[in-house]
Formats: sequence, structure tokens, C-alpha cells
Amino acid sequence: MSQHRDYLDTLEAEAIHIFREAAGQFERPALLFSGGKDSITLVHLALKAFRPGKFPFPLVHIDTGHNFPEVLAYRDEIAAKIGEKLIVRKVQDTIKVRGLQDAIGKFPSRNALQTYTLLDAIEEFEFDCCIGGARRDEEKARAKERIFSVRDEFGQWDPKKQRPELWNIYNGRISKGENVRIFPISNWTELDVWNYVKNEAIDLPSLYFTHQREVVITDNGQMVAKSEFLNLDASDVIQHHAVRYRTVGDMTCTAAVASTALTIDDIIEDIRVARISERGATRLDDRTSEAAMEDRKKGGYF
Amino acid sequence: MELLKFFTCGNVDDGKSTLIGRLLYDSDSVSTDILQTLSKQSKTKSADTDIDLALLTDGLRAEREQGITIDVAYKYFTTPKRKFIIVDTPGHIQYTRNMVTGASNCELAIILIDARNGLTEQTRRHSILCSLLRIPHLVVCINKMDLLNYDQNVFEKIKGDYQSFAAQLGFDDLSFLPLSALAGDNVVSRSSAMPWFTGPSLLEKLETVEIDIAPFAQPRFQIQYVIRPQTDTLHDYRGLAGKVISGTYKVGDKVKILPSGLTSTISRLESNLKDQTKVEAPFSAIVHLADDVDAGRGSSIVVIDQEPTFTRDFEAVLCWMDSSPLLAGGKFLLQHHAQRVRASVKEIISVIDVQTHQELAPDGPIGLNSLCRVKIKSSESLALDEYRNSRVTGGFILIHEVSHATMAAGMVEKMQNVMDKI
Ligand SMILES: Nc1nc2c(ncn2[C@@H]2O[C@H](COP(=O)(O)OP(=O)(O)O)[C@@H](O)[C@H]2O)c(=O)[nH]1
Repeated sequence: MSQHRDYLDTLEAEAIHIFREAAGQFERPALLFSGGKDSITLVHLALKAFRPGKFPFPLVHIDTGHNFPEVLAYRDEIAAKIGEKLIVRKVQDTIKVRGLQDAIGKFPSRNALQTYTLLDAIEEFEFDCCIGGARRDEEKARAKERIFSVRDEFGQWDPKKQRPELWNIYNGRISKGENVRIFPISNWTELDVWNYVKNEAIDLPSLYFTHQREVVITDNGQMVAKSEFLNLDASDVIQHHAVRYRTVGDMTCTAAVASTALTIDDIIEDIRVARISERGATRLDDRTSEAAMEDRKKGGYF
Repeated sequence: MELLKFFTCGNVDDGKSTLIGRLLYDSDSVSTDILQTLSKQSKTKSADTDIDLALLTDGLRAEREQGITIDVAYKYFTTPKRKFIIVDTPGHIQYTRNMVTGASNCELAIILIDARNGLTEQTRRHSILCSLLRIPHLVVCINKMDLLNYDQNVFEKIKGDYQSFAAQLGFDDLSFLPLSALAGDNVVSRSSAMPWFTGPSLLEKLETVEIDIAPFAQPRFQIQYVIRPQTDTLHDYRGLAGKVISGTYKVGDKVKILPSGLTSTISRLESNLKDQTKVEAPFSAIVHLADDVDAGRGSSIVVIDQEPTFTRDFEAVLCWMDSSPLLAGGKFLLQHHAQRVRASVKEIISVIDVQTHQELAPDGPIGLNSLCRVKIKSSESLALDEYRNSRVTGGFILIHEVSHATMAAGMVEKMQNVMDKI
């Protein structure tokens, strides 16, 4: 047979199948929604999986309190537009209730703290599965994670105890207290997501496109948006630059990239020639240790 | 652009990680920040780069410490011709279950052989597993040719040995390549060191191998989820959502619902948020039936006269994946796509020796990573196809009823049809 099938169609079909497995196998799923392009892509795929019905899960946003205002606005807008339930849980509240030490330093990162908020939300709503937008191309430890990834009561991932995952058959059986993380776009790369966003004409927050911004230059030359959350002093260098974001995380720990890309086509071209990985270009906290990601995953971080 | 999913297998140290690293590196798929980290860690550097290519694929800390790949890792790269997913699977016998996991949905296998060693036990075991899993394309790469002066005789000898070994394994597409993963010969571009070899490079082979997108033509569909909006405007809407696993469904098809055995007609098909006149595998669809028949998650919708075998009794080959052994009489949950039923392993017929392809009488329990032929009885009838005809509908898993662990991968063999009775 000499018929051809486009890889984006194949990836989309796989993701929709995974979404419906999540809906079919679990009592109380949740879709973790960060307002980034990956979770926006998930929402788009969920529409294809479940319309004209409602989503069989709420959107859940773990609000670190360090979000870009554009992203929060986008989040509320999309939830209203598609008419689905949005649950927001705040890291600020977790810090208060649990008496945790807030993040410190010049670029205080609440990445580690959001794990508590997520686990509390899972307990509060008794979610038995959380659907997320992680991709295997992001990082070496993720490259080994299954599509249905079982976590214990403490949200921990044990790479040695992963279930074999055969053909397209997903085993989502769990004991009480356990929880499954499900990754419908595991097999997508950064470029696949952008190409899909383009083909499907998906709206993204304005941050992804080049804009003028006041940024602080870090010691290794990365650009971080100037915001009330940073603890700057007189020695810090503030500059104006034309920048865009490749990933959208917290204002305190996501770096912008210099860019002139105004359209999706420009961005796709940018990524094609860019020689730095998405995580390497934009995360301030991943370079610290080679095994940093693996440790955080074991500790229940998404 | 098409997508090809392939996996690599070989002994520890045959050069699998180096080969994958080479494919990623030479196809420009590695980011500079990752190269930087790697050049810091590298101990063995290859001829033309200052990094250890093997480090590109080793993910988990335990593996970095032991220096071997123990779990399946996925890597992605794209050339102007195709998009690829590399499934990097561990070679050692104790990780057979990881290899089977990685291989189960691949189109092509790369079998790596160290030219200095020729065929080994592992080569035989991996090849037999590929044959049992019905991997459509096999590429045998004879690596480290640089250490043997790129000698054609070495290549021909190993190729001949492999062909006589594989004669009874029934591979449809088998090809051979002489390589040096370290130096890059015949990996991305053809080697000038081996002018005697006139075939394509490995990457050219990967870019051109024909992907059969519909290997099994009979229509199979299982309901994953029932969509019932229950709103004022869509009060009576009841959409049976699932994936076309194989074949094509059309509006107007006369269908049978299993297990109920009721018949109906497809009155409407939706896919991609639009009405369609037909939907083909592997796309997702919402099926509407003309009659209000009982059908829920796990039910199959099949086209009349192209029906699967409908049975509670069948033979299967199992790859046992748990450290607690399989005993005859063992009871499990059996999952066949969205369908889950209770099942028992009635009898262990034979043990398959993955070194020799011989079937031996079982002597005792079946341990982790063993393959065996069994008789299974399920609590309800299942709509099955033989795995040899359909990889997508002939596979199932066994799940432990208490721990919920995935205990085995199963491939359906002989069946007794009870369809006539319904
Ligand atoms: N001379 C030579 N050495 C190779 C070649 N391929 C791999 N090696 C070396 O063989 C060793 C094992 O390779 P590695 O890729 O880690 O093997 P793996 O265990 O199969 O992943 C390393 O020292 C490599 O540098 C080759 O084509 N020629």
C-alpha cells in the first residue's frame, strides 16, 4: 500500500484515544491546566475527544502566585469560553496553612512548593488521575516515563516499578490512595506542538509572541522578566528587549528568549534553527543538578 | 510526513547507545546545551566529536551509575523525509519485559551484532522475540566493522549465519548492514571504507521502508466511553466514542454489537468534530446506531460478515512480566483494549525456549521474562483475532487482581468460536 498518513494525525489520534481511556477507566480525573501551550493543546484535544459532551473532568490550575498576569487572564477566558469547570488552588494558601518556608533568593522559585498544593488538591477532590501535558522529549528522565504513570500516596514516581505498557493497552487499575498521571502528548516534540497549534489555529497567550519587556540579566546571561516577585538590588542590570517565551512557567524562574518572531510560522522557523533545548533555554532551576528533574519527579512534582 | 516507530536491541556493549547517539547527532537533533552537559560527562569520545554519543540516551540515575540501559527510553528525531520515534530497549535477559514493552508497537527492529562476536545467545533471543511479536521489518546491523578492517568476509559470514538461523522465524522483510556506529560508517551516509557494500545507509533504509498503515483490513472498534450530553438541545444524543482499531467504518454498515450479539446499522459517524461518511484506523470516532441497543465501555462494534472470533476459550503465548511466578490455574483480570474480564490460565501447554525457539514441556512455575503457551478461559466471551493476523487486536494483558500489576503480555493463537450460538 502506498497510502501516506501524516504524523500529526497519528499523534492526535493517539492522544484522543488516551483521553478517552482516562475518562473510561477513572472515577474522578482532573486535567492539570497551566495556561502553557502544552496544556492548551490538551484542552483542544479534549474538545475533540468529548464534544458535544462536557469534559468528564474539571480543569485544575495550581497557582503559584508568581504567574504571568497574561496567563491568568487567558486561563479564565478559555474556561469561560468552553464552559468547563475550573478549580484553582494557590501555593500561597498552602504555605500559610502548612506553615511552609516560602521560596527565597533573588529568583524565588515555588516549583518545589507547588507539589504540596497539587497533592493537597488531589486529596481534597479525591482525584484518581491527573492528566498532564508533559512530553518525553523535554528531558532524559521523562523520556522513560510511561503514558499511564502510577504514583503512590505521596505522589512519588518509582522508575524501577513502572508497569510494562503494551501495544495501546493502558492499565489504570490502582489501590486506594494511589493516583495515575496520564500524559496524552508524551510522544509529541516541541515542534510537533507548534505545528499542531498552527494547523488547528489554536489561540495562545500573547507571551509566546515577541513583545517588548523589561528584563533582568542573570549571571549566566538569561533574561528574566522584571516583576514584583524578584528580590533585586542596585547591582542588577535591567534592560529592555524584544523577547518571547518558549515555555510559560513562573515569572521568577522562566527565562525569555530574544526573538523577532511575530507569528507561529516565525516561531516554528526559530525552533527549527535554535540549537538549545526548550528546558535548557528557559528554566532557571534545571541546570543545578544533572539529576534535578528525576529527583523532583520522585518527590511528586508533576 | 509519515511517522516510523522503531526499536534497537543488542547485547550490552554492542554499541546500541552509540548508534542512537550517532543517528541523533548526525541528523542534527541534539541541542547545544545538552551537548555541553555531555561533553563534561564524557569519558569515551568518538572519532569526530568530543562527546560520548552513548550518553545521549542514558536517562535515569541508576542507569548512569550502572552504565547500562534498564528501562525503555523514547527519543525523537526528524529528517526532511520522515519523523522518527526511537524506542531504546535494554538488551539483557533480565529486562526482556522492558524489551517486549518497547517493541510491542514498533514497525521496525534494529538488531545489533558486534562483528567481532558474531551471533550470540542474545541475538537469537532478541530475534525470536521479534518473530513472536511479529515486527514487520528487521534490520540486522553488523557493528564495529572498523575494528575488523571493514572486511567484507566478516560481514558475509555473519549474514549467512543469521540467514540460516532465521530461516524458520518467518520474517517478511529482513536486511543486513555493515556499520561503524562510532565512526559513522553507513549510519547516516554511505561509507567510503566499505565500497563493496552497495545497499542504502541505515538512515536511508529508515526513511524509505514501506509502512503498511492498514495491515489488518477487517473493521474493529471498541467503545471506550459513551458521550451523553443530556442537555435540552441534545437530549437524546448518545455517542459511542472509541477508536477504529483496524479497517474502515462507513455510515450504513450493518453491524453486530458484542457481547450482546444484537445487530444494528451505523446511522451516523463523527470524527474531528464533524460528521463523516467513513472513518478508518487508527482514528477516533463517535458511532451512532440506528437502534437503541445495549452497548457500553468494552463492547465491540463489528461489521457483519467480517466478524472476529467470539470466544471464552483460546490458546495464547504469554510473556511473563512479574517476579511472582505463573502457576496453572492462576486467576487474573484480562484487558483487551477497553474490555476487562476475569480470566484464568487453565493450563500451561509448553515453555518457549527463547534461545532455540523450541517448545518444551513445562517443569514447574513460569518465572519472570519467560515465554509460554497457555490455555485461557475468560468469564465472558471476547471478540478476538489471532495475533499473527492482527497485532492490534490479537494482543492483551493480564492484571493482578489485588496488586493491579501488569503480569503478562499475551498474544492470541488458536481459538474456538462460539459466535454461531448468539
Ligand atoms: N570501535 C568501535 N567501537 C564502538 C562502535 N560502536 C560502539 N563502540 C564502543 O563500544 C562500547 C559500548 O558501546 P555502547 O554504545 O555504550 O553500547 P551499548 O551497551 O550497546 O549501548 C563503547 O566503548 C563504544 O565507544 C563501533 O562501531 N566501533
